[in-house]
Amino acid sequence: MSHALIPPAQYSFLGLPTIVISFIITLAGTATFVFLIYKRLVPLFGAAPDNTRLERIPERIVNTLKIWLAQYRQPRYMFAGILHIAIFFGFLILLIRTASLVVIGFWADFGIPGFTSGPYVIIKDYAATIVLIACVIAAVRRGIFTPERYKVPEKYGHDHTKEAVFVLAVISTLMLSESLFEAALIAAEMQKGGHVTYAAPLTLVWIFANLLSETSISALQGTHVISYIVHDICFFFFACFLPFGKHFHVFTSIFNVVFMRLDKGNIKPVQYGISDSQLDELESFGVKKLEDFTWKHMLDFYTCADCGRCSDHCPADAVGRPLSPRFITIKGRDAIFKNYPIFGPKPESALLMEGTYEEDEIWSCTTCGACEQECPLGIEYIDKIVDLRRGMVDEGMVPQTLQKPLKALEKRGNPWGKMEKKRLEWADKEFVKTCEVKSLEKGEEAETLYFVDSISSFDERMQEIARSTSLILDAANVDFGVLGKLERDSGSEVKRFGEEMLFQDLKETNSEAIKESGIKNIVTADPHAYNVLKNDYKDLPPIEHITQVVDRKIREGKLQLNPLEEKDKVYTYHDPCYLGRHNCIYDAPRNAMDAIPGLTRVDMQKCRDRSFCCGGGGLMLFYEPEEETRMGVLRVEMAKKAGADVIVTACPFCLVNMEDAIKVAGMEGSMEAIDFSELIARQLKS
Amino acid sequence: MEILVCVKRVPDNEENEIELNSDGNDIERDDLVYSVNEWDNYAVEEAIQMVDEHGGTVTVVTVGDEESEEVLRREMAMGAEKGILVSDDAFENSDGKGIATILKSVVEKGNYDIIMTGAQADAGAAEVGGMLAAMLDLPYASLVNKIDVAGDKLNVGREVEGGDQEMNEIELPCVLSIQTGINEPRYVGIRGIRKVASVEIPSFSASDLGLASDSVGEAGAQVKKVDYFLPDLGDGAEMLEGSTEEIIDKLIEMLKAKGGLQ
Amino acid sequence: MAQIYAYIVHKDGVADDSALELITAAQKIDAGTGVTAIVTGSGENLDRVCNEMAESYKEVYKIDNDAFAYPNAEVIRKVLVNILPGDSIVLVPHNTFGMDLAPGLSIKMDSAYASDVVDVEGMDGSTLKIIRQEFGGQVSTHVNVDISGGAVITVRPGPFAPDESKGAGGQVVDKSGDIGDVSAKRKYLETVVQEAGDVDITKSEVLVSVGRGIEDEENIEVANELAEAMGADVSCSRPIVDAKWLDKSRQVGTSGQTVKPKVYMAMGISGSFQHLGGIKGSPFIVAVNKNPKAPIFQVADVGIIADILEFMPELTEKISEG
Repeated sequence: MSHALIPPAQYSFLGLPTIVISFIITLAGTATFVFLIYKRLVPLFGAAPDNTRLERIPERIVNTLKIWLAQYRQPRYMFAGILHIAIFFGFLILLIRTASLVVIGFWADFGIPGFTSGPYVIIKDYAATIVLIACVIAAVRRGIFTPERYKVPEKYGHDHTKEAVFVLAVISTLMLSESLFEAALIAAEMQKGGHVTYAAPLTLVWIFANLLSETSISALQGTHVISYIVHDICFFFFACFLPFGKHFHVFTSIFNVVFMRLDKGNIKPVQYGISDSQLDELESFGVKKLEDFTWKHMLDFYTCADCGRCSDHCPADAVGRPLSPRFITIKGRDAIFKNYPIFGPKPESALLMEGTYEEDEIWSCTTCGACEQECPLGIEYIDKIVDLRRGMVDEGMVPQTLQKPLKALEKRGNPWGKMEKKRLEWADKEFVKTCEVKSLEKGEEAETLYFVDSISSFDERMQEIARSTSLILDAANVDFGVLGKLERDSGSEVKRFGEEMLFQDLKETNSEAIKESGIKNIVTADPHAYNVLKNDYKDLPPIEHITQVVDRKIREGKLQLNPLEEKDKVYTYHDPCYLGRHNCIYDAPRNAMDAIPGLTRVDMQKCRDRSFCCGGGGLMLFYEPEEETRMGVLRVEMAKKAGADVIVTACPFCLVNMEDAIKVAGMEGSMEAIDFSELIARQLKS
Repeated sequence: MEILVCVKRVPDNEENEIELNSDGNDIERDDLVYSVNEWDNYAVEEAIQMVDEHGGTVTVVTVGDEESEEVLRREMAMGAEKGILVSDDAFENSDGKGIATILKSVVEKGNYDIIMTGAQADAGAAEVGGMLAAMLDLPYASLVNKIDVAGDKLNVGREVEGGDQEMNEIELPCVLSIQTGINEPRYVGIRGIRKVASVEIPSFSASDLGLASDSVGEAGAQVKKVDYFLPDLGDGAEMLEGSTEEIIDKLIEMLKAKGGLQ
Repeated sequence: MAQIYAYIVHKDGVADDSALELITAAQKIDAGTGVTAIVTGSGENLDRVCNEMAESYKEVYKIDNDAFAYPNAEVIRKVLVNILPGDSIVLVPHNTFGMDLAPGLSIKMDSAYASDVVDVEGMDGSTLKIIRQEFGGQVSTHVNVDISGGAVITVRPGPFAPDESKGAGGQVVDKSGDIGDVSAKRKYLETVVQEAGDVDITKSEVLVSVGRGIEDEENIEVANELAEAMGADVSCSRPIVDAKWLDKSRQVGTSGQTVKPKVYMAMGISGSFQHLGGIKGSPFIVAVNKNPKAPIFQVADVGIIADILEFMPELTEKISEG
């Protein structure tokens, strides 16, 4: 094929054939890249195992198509999301062109069939143009306006803006050089007459070709070859620069999404491949050193794009606790870089709690899951936090305020150390006159188990939830009973606070009692219990949350609700983390509330899967973090902003936190918090 | 540094009201759970920290029945290397002096630089440490809330009235009774206890220790508990009853009269 | 009946409140026997305390030695063993010094030891019948003590009313010559004084004092609001300081401050004797507690069974309304 300009593969600089330069660049670039990837893979192969990531391939393919290819989570931040989608698709489209370009350095006429002319060429030219525009906008946004979430607090080291802008500049150079390479050729074709390659209007190629239309052929030849070399160098530089920082995600994100977590709500086992009954044989528990993380968790560290969405939604970060999920990852990544240097000997990995993470940082997490919900790359936090806590528990590093409830849970099955026989005190003589509560411990039989859990059993205020739930079940003609003194704490937070063996004990005791009781299904009003029984226990009968039961019974016409007496109040529903994000129950409680005639309901701005944690449940009630304000206070302020007078939640811990927050915020009288079960019980038609 | 810490298994009564048994001669123990005396736990933590820094071993000893082994295991899971169970029917109903006598014989079987006890236990007597020291002719400090090793001596702080700290220099070997708050005891989970579940814990009886049966137990006790009773409730306190509103009105009236509202 | 001795704890030339309470305790043991006060110390302060004690005790042993400039339990034990007959009954206050001295003293005198006595029922032959408490004051016990070979008894400060009659006209006997060896293996170095906080609760007339019942650090604010409405200061019991929710300077009790308010609002405080030991001058005590069996109700003037987290805001509101 004849060329209007000498292609780089045939050109010579001062007697040095460009093909040699291309060869050197390609060889050096490829070798370096392979070497770097190998170096980055070394820690992954030394990490803890996790074979589950290779299972359930169809689900993984769907996930990858949705989250990676379709960039499903990106538009949650609309502007940044669109910029990213532009660059992402531009990259994908240009990948073919870029690969071809590398080969063209040796073989002038190379082209992948179907991609040398026609729609692809037009599409890729527009893609390059859009990517450049997106890069410029992104650079201005990042470098000049710098959104709040990109800021790096002093304790976490230096700002990342320079790196971000630099990479945007490299990408822009790639776009410009590719376009110039092409445009120079088109300009030469135009001057020489004959076949002129089509340049789509307003693309970079089109603009450059027009600008260069008067330029001399020799200058065009120079531009053509130099932009080729610049592109070649830039491309390999970019590839080799990626593994040194947050832009590694360009390479790793697809793997991270392929291998991402498929289940919700549950906590990873102490060690994959070790069954609960084998736990005693383990030498050490949890993550103490970097290498104790699983390979997927290390891949998470590599993959973080530093977009800050996790921390932007983290309630702990919002109230000034010493936790920012973004830096859990970045500090983890830095630890890998430090422990696995590209050159030189590998230093001994230090304990993560000595230098990388702080104890308070790790205890500050409420496991609300907002960070994971937001991450566009499928990075996990809760499992890592729990693994780090397991490591601390194993070393005895547990805050004093948590030791007492943990010990009480061990001895008495509840965090307050109350006697087991008092578990059923909420169903006092007065109450059982109006509502039968079968006690399964005493040999009575029932279809449904109402699992009360500790807080609704022992906390005087929350006992109201237990009574309301019973009234609802009774009204819906559910044949239910409770385990009474046979019930133990569900252990939801025992597990999430890293005390796995204690959790195993609680789980076994509860599982046995549930199986012995002969019930067919389980109902609970506590989302933490709901979640742990559903997702962390094994082989239990099906379980429903009371919101689901109410929704279903209303739809079936088995539960009728009276109209609201006070109609001037506005209600809002606060999604408990363990009902919403961890179990995707968003509509049942809303439907049920809307079924109350005369009830006005608004949603807060942060609702459903973006609900803002109230402060955490279970053992979190006993932990005293450093914080500037309370999560609950921020939450009741959000409710106020939404115009609500009543916050309805469906979790006893949420209620504790909300009621406290209303007092702390001085909103008594103007804001009220009640539980879903209380609201429904109040409206029951007798 | 060889440290012996004397610990006791006591009922955990913080959250639950203590009730008397039907005979009134003991508290109702059926529904109680037991754990290591809180003060003793601080002592063990302190001993472990000292040994971590200065070397040596920590031994925990308890006088009690076989179930007391549980608290030894818990303290061993914390980091105490050895445990000694001292158990004999003849020890039942020992008074403080009896317990100190038993412990003295244990101390004499070893070679300890420091013997620690908790400042007090369930009976609130705060007596065994001081008695043991006197029996052994060792210097003693009670209510210790700080220990620094200073050469072949210790500098110990005692918590005294007003929250002040009385600093003393004390020669080794010595006996110290440890006050809560001296450190932050580490957590011991079920896993930790299981890890030491198979460690052999020697058990000594009265004859192993060469104790005369009239020096300990009921026979040797000069101080004998006759019975338990619940103190009169509200004796002196006028209990305000009625609706919260009524109570508050009454209370405000009283406060005004007593100068409580300014 | 053996002679009864009372060990006088004093500081800066002033006898501790326990000095006169021991007289009452001694009389409950044996009304017929006179009680001898033992005062150790040095210099002018010692003389001042001895003279003060002579108003209340028939006989005062003065033991003057530079070694006692600061009371060292080890040395004082040796001296007491030297001076006192073997079958003596020695009363010592159950405070931080008493706990240091008394158990060892009972061993060296080879006598019985009764600790932290809250009441004395009397003698039955050679058996002394006393009352103690266990489990942080939740349960009381009757205890029989065989005092045939003498006894060392620590007496809880507070439960025994001080004998203020002051008509003893006693004489001071200088026993300084009989003390013998004053060497010790433990030496006093210094006292690290607790830093004063922003509020001096020892001077407060009204105190709103919070205990475990406050449950959470954030709820301290609820107490602050009540205190503000009452014109009171906020104090607390030991667990609150241990949890670092309030400064140590706000702690009432033997290991904290001794307060003398007119009104003391014990909010969610169970009432351990260590706490009550810090309340002097018989204030009007209002106790609010969820647990009807809380020992605080024994000593309070007014008791209310309620959750302080509900009760305090309501009280605050009512007071603010005037």
